[in-house]
Amino acid sequence: MANANAAAMDAAGGIGESKLMAWVRANLFSSWANTALTLVVFYVVAKAVFFFGSWGIFNAVWIGTSAECRAAKGVGACWALFPEKWRFILFATYPFDEQWRPALSSAIFIGLYFFSAMRANWNLRLPIAWIAGLGTISVLMWGGVLGLSFVPQERWGGLVLTLILSTFGLALAFPLAILLALGRRSHMPVIKSMCVVYIELIRGVPLISLLFMASVMFPLFLPEGVSIDKLLRAQIAIIMFAGAYLAEVVRGGLQALPKGQYEAADALGLSYWQATMMIVLPQALRLVIPPMVNTFIGLFKDTSLVLIIGLLDILNAAKVAVADPQWRGFGPEAYFGVSLIYFVFCFAMSKYSQRIEVELNRNKHR
Amino acid sequence: MAGQSAGSGGRNDDNAMRFSLSDPTFRAIFWQVVVVGIVGFCGWWLISNTLTNLATRGFTTGWAFLSREAGFAIGETMIEYGPQDTYGRAVLVGILNTLRVAVIGIVLATILGTLIGIGRLSKNVLVAGVCSTYVEFIRNLPLLVQLFFWWAMFQDSLPGPRQAIEALPGVFLSNRGVKIPVPADHWIHAWMGVAFLAAIVASYFMARWARVRQAATGEQFPVLLATIGLLAGGPLVVWLIGGAPVTMDWPVLRGFNFQGGLTMTPEFAALLVGLVTYTAGFIAEIVRAGILAVPNGQTEAASALGLRRGPMLQLVILPQALRVIIPPMTSQFLNLTKNSSLAVAIGYPDLVSIVNTTLNQTGQAIEGIAMIMAAYLTVSLSISVLMNWYNKRIAFKER
Repeated sequence: MANANAAAMDAAGGIGESKLMAWVRANLFSSWANTALTLVVFYVVAKAVFFFGSWGIFNAVWIGTSAECRAAKGVGACWALFPEKWRFILFATYPFDEQWRPALSSAIFIGLYFFSAMRANWNLRLPIAWIAGLGTISVLMWGGVLGLSFVPQERWGGLVLTLILSTFGLALAFPLAILLALGRRSHMPVIKSMCVVYIELIRGVPLISLLFMASVMFPLFLPEGVSIDKLLRAQIAIIMFAGAYLAEVVRGGLQALPKGQYEAADALGLSYWQATMMIVLPQALRLVIPPMVNTFIGLFKDTSLVLIIGLLDILNAAKVAVADPQWRGFGPEAYFGVSLIYFVFCFAMSKYSQRIEVELNRNKHR
Repeated sequence: MAGQSAGSGGRNDDNAMRFSLSDPTFRAIFWQVVVVGIVGFCGWWLISNTLTNLATRGFTTGWAFLSREAGFAIGETMIEYGPQDTYGRAVLVGILNTLRVAVIGIVLATILGTLIGIGRLSKNVLVAGVCSTYVEFIRNLPLLVQLFFWWAMFQDSLPGPRQAIEALPGVFLSNRGVKIPVPADHWIHAWMGVAFLAAIVASYFMARWARVRQAATGEQFPVLLATIGLLAGGPLVVWLIGGAPVTMDWPVLRGFNFQGGLTMTPEFAALLVGLVTYTAGFIAEIVRAGILAVPNGQTEAASALGLRRGPMLQLVILPQALRVIIPPMTSQFLNLTKNSSLAVAIGYPDLVSIVNTTLNQTGQAIEGIAMIMAAYLTVSLSISVLMNWYNKRIAFKER
């Protein structure tokens, strides 16, 4: 409504003074009730803006010691926490002198995300870029070759851990999800029921219980003498979890595909796997790109749960940073900083999903 | 060919299964046997490893630990509980705490989410803008970050009880939690509850009676108004009969802390605020989508039939919007319940947190995790069953 008005006004040659007033009257003060609502909301918003302005900007301690922060407590925010702690929050316990390695790895991850988001790259270039990128990242993170010192997984942490958990979580959950979704649509009763049980079981329990299972039960599952480290266990739990949720999204795509496509593939004499790989999946997956991106956002947010089993992801690093006696009590500031990082990633994904939805639909309506 | 073996008791050659992978029936059976074999082997391998490991570590499996003394205290309980009680009772306390935060959270999140969803569609640009910003922010931040934020606010940023902030008359915010005045204990409250339950039953029968009467005579009865009247009026009348007691239990500062009133601990308050604000962001989008899903033509057709705004909403718009809204809404309710398990991170004693303590003390990892999963699965599956029933009921009755 508002957009239509604004567009009409733009067409009429810019927003003049009287037109602005007319717009304000139509959208904010059209009736007594509307005026009251506007005033109340305006009051609340103004009050919030005023509070955050004075607390977060004007009275905040931008640079200084924790003692100065303590003096300003309750009046101003303590952003001085970040000059002191940003290395720990971003890289956690990775050896201090080697922290350029996780920094570069995070940059490669982000570069790969951008590369994959461009539809022009949706061809053979994509897997090649990913293999090269992930190879470089593993060399950087582990080291032990090319003169880089070896860093064991226990010392990894911060942003790069969040990115590793979500990227590998997705990449490996994806094939699992496709198999589960195909299995759930299969005509073979045993396979179908196994897939249904798996999907419903995983979707019925919280991710936390799977992470607990990974941390206390996985060691029991393995034969004597074999052990897997905590990061890998958490990664497996996340893959199992994401697989079930993605499977339901993929199933949505399989169901939305017209029956004629399946029949046409059969008529061409294609085998089940030929039909699936060449006819069904390319179309079904394309249909569900937007909900899939939404699942990605959910998964990215859910990786923060690994702090419950003691992994130092970016959120846990912030939590540990404010557990330092010197900086205790500045939790809101620390979590605000971490929120910004999560927000940038998630917001970018959600805008991307909206854009791609429009693009794909434009295709359909032509 | 087809008639050859008919009546002879033998197999029809065309339908006979050939032992070849090019035969669809045989292929299906073959692959299912292979998959069952692989899964069964993996399962057997994991279980045998587990049993060996348990044996070498000297753990005994079983549920006997549930009747042993727990020995740990729980911060907030809805039933009597002390450290000398059993693990079983501790787990029960956890289940009740989970249900408490889930039920209160679902009610509040639905109200807040609906308001925000409608607000996003408001013609008032300021309201629509505030609601959109809220939804974008809340949905793009992990719940755990938000919980930590609220918890840190309650713990670190609120003053001690002596300098508590009085948000509303009698409502105190401090780092010991939220204090709310409640009506002082009175015997009439129990009877008001009974009256409320009676009113629910009465409204059900009234609605049935009204339907039958409308089918027979065409006369309408204001069911919605009468139901609200019954639900509010019944307890009110009982309260008046009981002498209308107005004594409130006000929180009062005594020494270093408050006495009286209802307490919400910082953990509970942070968890509740976090869950409600987070889930409301998702519910708002569902409500908005539901309202937008009803085509404009429906409203116009209803006006053309001469329906006024109230009946139009009740008979035309809402039934269609609810069909779109309710299924995703239930999955949000389930999400809220499952997300309440994040309580363990901020120290609210929910089911997961108590079972976690239990399994750390007893080493009964398998039983503990089985209990958590069983509890959440029970809730999830029973809601799925209800949902399927409801979906069948409201599905389009197409000709």
